[in-house]
Amino acid sequence: MKILVALKQVPDTETKIKVAADGRSLDPADVKWITSPYDEYALEEAIRTKEGKGAEVVALSVGGDSAKDVLKNALALGADSAVLLRGDGQGDAFAVAQIIAGYAKDKGFDLILCGNKGLGGDNAAMGPMLAELLGVAQANVIVMLELGEGTFKAEREIEGGSEIVEGQLPAVITAQKGLNEPRYASLKGIMAAKKKTIEEVDAVPATVGTQTIALALPPERPAGRKLEGDAAAQAQALIQALKDEAKVF
Amino acid sequence: MILVFCELKDGQIRKPSAEALSEGRRLADAAGRQLGALFAGASCAGAAEAAKYGADLILTAEGATLASYSSDAFAAVIAEAMKAKGATVLLAAATAVGKDMAPRAAARLGAGYASDVTGLSIVDGKLQAVRPVYAGKAFATTSFASAIQVATTRPNVFAAAEKAGAGTMESLAAPAGDFKSVVKEILAKASGKVDLSEANVIVSGGRGMKDGANFKILEELADAIGGVVGASRAAVDAGWGLPHSMQVGQTGKVVSPTLYIACGISGAIQHIAGMSGSKFIVAINKDPEAPIFKLANYGIVGDLFEVVPELTKAAKALGIGSN
Repeated sequence: MKILVALKQVPDTETKIKVAADGRSLDPADVKWITSPYDEYALEEAIRTKEGKGAEVVALSVGGDSAKDVLKNALALGADSAVLLRGDGQGDAFAVAQIIAGYAKDKGFDLILCGNKGLGGDNAAMGPMLAELLGVAQANVIVMLELGEGTFKAEREIEGGSEIVEGQLPAVITAQKGLNEPRYASLKGIMAAKKKTIEEVDAVPATVGTQTIALALPPERPAGRKLEGDAAAQAQALIQALKDEAKVF
Repeated sequence: MILVFCELKDGQIRKPSAEALSEGRRLADAAGRQLGALFAGASCAGAAEAAKYGADLILTAEGATLASYSSDAFAAVIAEAMKAKGATVLLAAATAVGKDMAPRAAARLGAGYASDVTGLSIVDGKLQAVRPVYAGKAFATTSFASAIQVATTRPNVFAAAEKAGAGTMESLAAPAGDFKSVVKEILAKASGKVDLSEANVIVSGGRGMKDGANFKILEELADAIGGVVGASRAAVDAGWGLPHSMQVGQTGKVVSPTLYIACGISGAIQHIAGMSGSKFIVAINKDPEAPIFKLANYGIVGDLFEVVPELTKAAKALGIGSN
């Protein structure tokens, strides 16, 4: 079995977002970059599959030199090889899906895993778009995956519960929190990764579907009101305020 | 034409779909276009209701092959309908189904896609979307480079407004079958409550809850005010047995309720990212310096184990849950 794991480099979750001078992008100053947390579940699932039934795991990222950190980490965690598709990794989901499809289409991957969304862009679109461009099955936002002979069974989150999706391999599967507990890299893994090289490939030409024309911070929230008195009085005042002022009820 | 993919449940249009349809009507009026509503399933009984939200044309793809949801089948239905009607804009609600199939349909149509949008307009004849990025830490205005434009609307943001449309019915052929992946079984939560992402009222607990069993008092308050219960990452990761599907925040659910009551939540940046789109925020915390108070419309400095049961009592006294 051959598994491709698509990984994206994103700002750390603790990053305070600042808008760059161009008014439409993130100011990269003081930003710490990490592997998108959802992608970590995807990578962990690939490594567990390798350990469980045997598989070749290829880690992939679209981007520039900095994306190599994500790939080095994947190698340290147990990926067999890593590929950097040189291109704009922060681009539109449609463009990134075309770039990955362009690379993956004739490589014989049985399974392509990635996070259900890239932290930041929050589109949750790259996976399903990639599945369509490759003409393969998809299952998104999954919390359980079972692989059979040329088939898969996955549990995915839906409103108020979950559902079981079954399909044929090859497939694009996008991971959600709950799928597994990602491991930390071992010292041995980190040392072994240093000996591995990252293959670099020029990204295929891609067309973007959307462009960000402005990025803005959310409006300031109005100053709040502290409620006084003992618990009963505070509760009474709050319910009344929500009813009369906020008209929530 | 602006086409809106709609979901039915028990023969009725789901609320997030009604919201998308209403927003589609508003855009169609602004751009002088027709509004179409598209349904797919083994039965589309109830689809006529789309006329109530302004649909000029109601398209139904009915057939046994559509009895279970399948991303490739539904994407095919959408792409065929878009082509048949020359539609340039597709909207769907950003539900589990919408977010699964709309990007796949967009790729099939060679179209750009904007997910979970909170604002839409037509500029120079094309769709423009405002959408939260970094889980709501910022908002991106998105324009489309593609001729066809696809977007999903965030539940609970757009108003479902009734406006009569012609509602001409037309049926479409269902795809033949043999799909690449199909839903085989639905494992519903026993409670049958609405999902956090669609909830109008959320009562959320954090580390200050001290134990998963204590979430019972939040359930009681939620029941009294017609809400659902969420949790911070700290509470979910604390090993109290809370399911991750309850988690609100940057790596959990991003929510947009009218009312969000944060109990024992200090307000880490990742949590704030996920809930700052709430219309009204109430913070209950012992620590008057907790960052959550900076966001709150109403703040209660106090012991949540005393305050929350009092809130439940006060809400019941006013008969709030009954409407």
